[in-house]
Amino acid sequence: MTIMEPRKHGDASDGTVGGRQTRFEGNLKVTGGATYALEYPVEGLAYAILVQSTIPAGSVVSVDAKKALAAAGVLMVLTPDDDMGLLVASDWGGNRPENQPYYPLPRQVQYNGQSIAAVVAESREQAVEAARLICITYEKAPHVASFNDTAAGEGKVMDNLTSGWGDAEAALAAAPVQIEGEYSTPREYHVAMEPHGLTVKWDGDQITVWEPSQWSHGMARSYSEWFGIPYENVRLISPFIGGGFGSKGAALAHGAVAAFAARKLGRPVKLALTRPQNFTNYGGRAATRQTIKIGATEDGVLQAIVHRGASETSTYADWPEQTGAATPILYRIENFSSQHRVVPVNTVTPGALRGPGKNPSAFGIESAMEELAYKLGMDPLELRLKNYADRDYQSGKPWSTRRLREALIEGAAAFGWSKRSHEPRSMRDGNQLVGWGIGCGTFPVIQAPSEAMIRILRNGRVEVVSGAIDMGQGTYTILAQTAAEVFGIPVDQVEVHLGDSRLPGSAIAGGSMLAGSILGAVHKAATAARDELIGLALNDEKSPLRDTGANTLTFSGGRIAVPRDRGPSLTLSELMAALGRDEIEIRRNTLPEGATVQEQHQAWTTMAKVQGPTMGEYSMHSWCAHFAEVRVDEDFGTVRVSRIVSAFDCGRLYNPRLVESQWRGGIIMGIGQALLEEGLVDQRNGRTVNNNMGDYLVPTNADVPHIEVISVGIPDYGASALGGKGVGEVGIVGVAPAIANAVFHATGKRVRDLPITLEKLI
Amino acid sequence: MRDFSYLRASSADEARQAALQAGSVLLAGGTTLLDLAKCGVMEPETVIDITYLSGLGGIEVDANGARIGALAKMGEVADHAGIRAAFPAVSESLSLAASAQLRNMATIGGNLLQRTRCSYFREPDVFPACHKRNPGSGCSAMGGITRNHAVLGTSDTCIASYPGDLAVALIAFDAVVELGGRTVSVDDFFLLPGNTPERETVLKRGEMITAITVPASAAARNSTYLKVRDRQSYEFAAASAAVGLEFEADGRTVRDLRVALGGVATKPWRARAVEQALIGTVLSPETVEAASRLAMDGAVSHGANHYKIELAPRVVARAILKVGGLA
Ligand SMILES: Cc1cc2nc3c(=O)[nH]c(=O)nc-3n(C[C@H](O)[C@H](O)[C@H](O)COP(=O)(O)OP(=O)(O)OC[C@H]3O[C@@H](n4cnc5c(N)ncnc54)[C@H](O)[C@@H]3O)c2cc1C
Ligand code: SF4
Repeated sequence: MTIMEPRKHGDASDGTVGGRQTRFEGNLKVTGGATYALEYPVEGLAYAILVQSTIPAGSVVSVDAKKALAAAGVLMVLTPDDDMGLLVASDWGGNRPENQPYYPLPRQVQYNGQSIAAVVAESREQAVEAARLICITYEKAPHVASFNDTAAGEGKVMDNLTSGWGDAEAALAAAPVQIEGEYSTPREYHVAMEPHGLTVKWDGDQITVWEPSQWSHGMARSYSEWFGIPYENVRLISPFIGGGFGSKGAALAHGAVAAFAARKLGRPVKLALTRPQNFTNYGGRAATRQTIKIGATEDGVLQAIVHRGASETSTYADWPEQTGAATPILYRIENFSSQHRVVPVNTVTPGALRGPGKNPSAFGIESAMEELAYKLGMDPLELRLKNYADRDYQSGKPWSTRRLREALIEGAAAFGWSKRSHEPRSMRDGNQLVGWGIGCGTFPVIQAPSEAMIRILRNGRVEVVSGAIDMGQGTYTILAQTAAEVFGIPVDQVEVHLGDSRLPGSAIAGGSMLAGSILGAVHKAATAARDELIGLALNDEKSPLRDTGANTLTFSGGRIAVPRDRGPSLTLSELMAALGRDEIEIRRNTLPEGATVQEQHQAWTTMAKVQGPTMGEYSMHSWCAHFAEVRVDEDFGTVRVSRIVSAFDCGRLYNPRLVESQWRGGIIMGIGQALLEEGLVDQRNGRTVNNNMGDYLVPTNADVPHIEVISVGIPDYGASALGGKGVGEVGIVGVAPAIANAVFHATGKRVRDLPITLEKLI
Repeated sequence: MRDFSYLRASSADEARQAALQAGSVLLAGGTTLLDLAKCGVMEPETVIDITYLSGLGGIEVDANGARIGALAKMGEVADHAGIRAAFPAVSESLSLAASAQLRNMATIGGNLLQRTRCSYFREPDVFPACHKRNPGSGCSAMGGITRNHAVLGTSDTCIASYPGDLAVALIAFDAVVELGGRTVSVDDFFLLPGNTPERETVLKRGEMITAITVPASAAARNSTYLKVRDRQSYEFAAASAAVGLEFEADGRTVRDLRVALGGVATKPWRARAVEQALIGTVLSPETVEAASRLAMDGAVSHGANHYKIELAPRVVARAILKVGGLA
């Protein structure tokens, strides 16, 4: 457990919910005091390194490890010949096949860069060198490198993602104005600064895993199921994460390999993926393509949208990167049809990456809307406002809150949109063509039950305890603010303990669902603890507040008092001392009353109890509108983003400073997606050849312009207990189309395939 | 990474002697060497650290030109007031290269000897075929992803581009590499791949770069380095140009013009045809554009790098117009 000391900054109001408190763990991180998973000083470590396939498909005939085993320092080589005796763990939904063996180093090769062997040695360098001495004989099989390969075929329709109402085809055919475009996005990767990896140690049949995790409980469950040990025997520790972006929510094969090696050797083992291995050991965002047809009246009223999309998946699992996720809910649309396919190719199964589904979906629909605006000769802002969705036409439900109109209007005002000249290529600054574009985004409000513990200590400090994760988004800080508010104490009187599967259960730090979920639990537990304290203070004979005749107490300015100053006031520590109590500990969860222990376990360790955006009476989402200005060098085709204004409706903001930082982070990733990021796959062998940070480009500081973010949200108590909606994912959604639209406005060239690299514009 | 022995050279002669051994390499800033050792491309048995040697650093600039010690850091040279005044293109080529961290580590000698960024060169386990790494084994890049490969100076064996920036500026201004016993012009220092892509320079085993000298010229004083790439910073050039220009006394007629290209050729590329076409003429945007196209004489594309043939002349033209006061 790590104890957080808050930074003292700003005024007292910063410490309560909604205040701009700086990050609790900020000092530790910038001074190097935060210990990450691969830095834990564990005695007697052995080092493991993975060996990955260099072919895209086939099987491992034999692994000759003689030379590697004879190399200096080598302790063990694991290959597909080793039966580790593991069992397949549950999927995210909690479904688990009975007694099915799990081979983290499989014989079947399904993609280039798949882990098929591991070497464990006294040092990492020795392990790396020995790994190169391993000789693998394959039997090759034909492969499909990408969904552009003709052998890939059309893929399979995902029935659960097929959606429609009205008669879209007929309404489209009848519409006087029609546009059609095909939009595509390449494979994109998380490239978190901290690589994946873990340090793992067994004590008998108890296992401790230090591993960066977006979900300590869910990942602990996988370890327990793989190894057939009780859940309680696993402790997964993850107080800090150097970036996850969706990649660190599940335990992966390398975790099983390291844990097995540690058990077999009877020594703790550390395994870190190399940077190239971070491109193939888990999936990034799948490549997508989609066609969108829109029919409209001459004055720009949408009549129909027909959407057909596809994304790559692996040959062994279906992971859809839903190109139709944002399409149905951004605009008022009476006739709609959408279908999404997955196309199996020889890749690692893709995974969630910031704004999954919504992100490529928004690239399609928001590009198409601007194409329509130009076809109509209409201001793209006006077109969007004209077709504003008064309700969710897909679910038929009213919005809980939807301030996308305000986002568009206030964003446009801050950006100066009214000064725009409509014609492409009509704005210029020397060699630079200047363009403006809009892109809207959305992300659903998802929630999961969570649990939290509050401890009031005799020294007057309050502890918030939860297994929830802070991967930089601010969990430590906002939980401290919540407790500080409930107890009316300064935030530096609160300690927060997070990132440990032994602590109370929590929703995953993903899908923008953590803050809304865990804050509800912490608020509930803190309120219950305060009520307990009030009860004691009013009833305990040792309490100086007992005979004041009050039936409740106030908590404010660090003091507990009788309402309207009708008696003494005490600090928390004075009251605890008077009561003779060492601590008051209260645990609460947000499951329905009377949930069984099994139900609780299921709630924390699977997604079975996750609530989607339309499961209640409302349709609940975060919204945003991005306004981008680009400068395109006419001769060179280079695009530089010179300004971004983004307005967001994410409901109530628990800490605007941290929220703004998340929005900006999402926008910066969106700049990378728009202009730079693309996994380059060699069609001949399915290898991602730019598998390093020198060649897979993400924005540098020099690529990031001034970004102005605006909040237009209002508290949405339908969406969460404290009124917030998700903030983490939505920031990236809509950025790429805003930039692509601005590039069109600047140059007159419509780039429908990301990224917009210079050769597409010269 | 393979075990290697580490030798800290106490004199230049000791370093040269040690470097005569097969499997020995010199270590300067290490930013190329360690990177490639981790990739399994370079497998030194002995690493001879020359960074403790005295007399190999230093930057001197006088009326005749500049002498830059092999161990001078990229960052130091970029920021040197004398270099900035007399050779702006040299300074800019360095400040636009790599990142601040790398520029603080990397040396000028090592910089010249950086290796190609061809992805196929860098992953030996996955792509065994690479003539440059393993002569006779083939070329994995041809038929693969070639967006960053060269369009000039390629051969049937290798199309890898020379990625560095500094050498492009040096070649434009007739810089000379000092190798202890002998000197070679930067132009002659680098070799075309031909049938021997594994031989990239004329450096012999046991030789060491001790310094680089650049003669002063009016063209060098009025020079620029223009680097074009998708990312604003910290990326190799899609195409770059080092250009220097001197006018006749009339202030309009070109007396001297230097043009070199980067990011598009297998070695730093001097574009003499462009220079010849414009020397003695009065510049106009049209003549510059037409002449700049001559830089691509003999260019061959290999698929995705085709855009370089279009892009590079535009970069050259912009750079000429800039130093000519027309842009
Ligand atoms: C991510 C990344 C981005 C980069 N971007 C750019 C860029 O945009 N532009 C650019 O120009 N460069 C770029 N570089 C390359 C960088 O400039 C070189 O790695 C660096 O200049 C090499 O210098 P060094 O001193 O570190 O060389 P080292 O790695 O020490 O040596 C490189 C080679 O030269 C030999 N050597 C070194 N000194 C001598 C000497 N005096 N005599 C003989 N042989 C010697 C060594 O034996 C070795 O073979 C980049 C590098 C990286 C890693
Ligand atoms: S282009 Fe040259 S360096 Fe690249 S694979 Fe071919 S031979 Fe090797």
